[in-house]
Amino acid sequence: MARIEINHLTKNFGGLTALDEVDLSLEKGQIVGLLGPNGSGKTTLIKILNGLLTPTSGSAEINGMKPGVGTKKIVAYLPDRNALPDYMTSDQLIGLYKDFFEDFDSDKAGAMIDDLGIDRKQTLKKMSKGTKEKLQLCLVMARTAEVYLLDEPIGGVDPATRDYILRTIISNYNEDAVVVISTHLISDIESVLDDVVFIKNGRVVLHDKADHIREEKGESVDQLFREVFKC
Amino acid sequence: MEWNFKNGIPIYTQIIDEMTMRIASGTYGPGEKLPSVRDLAMDAGVNPNTMQRALAELERRELVFSERTSGRFVTRNEDVLKGLHEELAKRYFREFADKLRKIGMSYAEIAGSVEKWIKEMR
Repeated sequence: MARIEINHLTKNFGGLTALDEVDLSLEKGQIVGLLGPNGSGKTTLIKILNGLLTPTSGSAEINGMKPGVGTKKIVAYLPDRNALPDYMTSDQLIGLYKDFFEDFDSDKAGAMIDDLGIDRKQTLKKMSKGTKEKLQLCLVMARTAEVYLLDEPIGGVDPATRDYILRTIISNYNEDAVVVISTHLISDIESVLDDVVFIKNGRVVLHDKADHIREEKGESVDQLFREVFKC
Repeated sequence: MEWNFKNGIPIYTQIIDEMTMRIASGTYGPGEKLPSVRDLAMDAGVNPNTMQRALAELERRELVFSERTSGRFVTRNEDVLKGLHEELAKRYFREFADKLRKIGMSYAEIAGSVEKWIKEMR
């Protein structure tokens, strides 16, 4: 059974179709890039997998379960915006995550936060946008989840931090987990990807191995993206 | 050490080339233990599955071998290493010769000039 199984998934917002009959099956042991331009439906798809939105029709399942309490235990989610209370410090947030998630490793989170030079006593309110993003990612990656859904994890951070984040994703990799990374910063992450999913106007237009694309087309995933999504 | 990946060539192929070069140049000497797949993947910034695949190919080419519990090692077989050197040398020479042919030199001219150029470089 695939870890993530999506069938004929459609999501309408009033008259707007954000996802249009999406079929997607993702196996464990993979790092998958969910790639598409702004407004293509990446975040909508991830939100449905997290149970934050409900499908208009079709289904999305994780380990055969509909998104809900059962899946939240095994899904580590990085939202595309800050979702943490801004009066809390890193240390307090570590405590919060520890209370919420059985699979959360406080030591690991602490070590990552220290590596990135974030002051553990500082409240979120006083942090820059990039620092908040880093902190949120540390908390998410310190879980031993079966599914990681990372919505734009590298968008707002500097290149050195980007490298650190990618190394963190690689070092965290395990055969039982699937990591889904949504982004449009493809050249930064393409060497880390097994599978590539292109999403365009709410439809999956390509699902292939990153190295297969390079081999067959003789171009990078980034170059192919620029062709497929040429404005 | 630096890893640089080019566009349009599978990462897997480029890892094989880089690792081959490291073995040929003695960065990883005969019989030496290689870093773990995860460490190599982190160092190169690539997917661990891709690194694993590349190492499996190096194993198939007998440049490295696995010991069940202790990891992967560079071959001690001198014939294999000698063959590798020759293969790499030929490849570099071909690249070099192709470029000189492009600017209009014949093989005879190349052969005649090589010794002179080496002297000048010293």
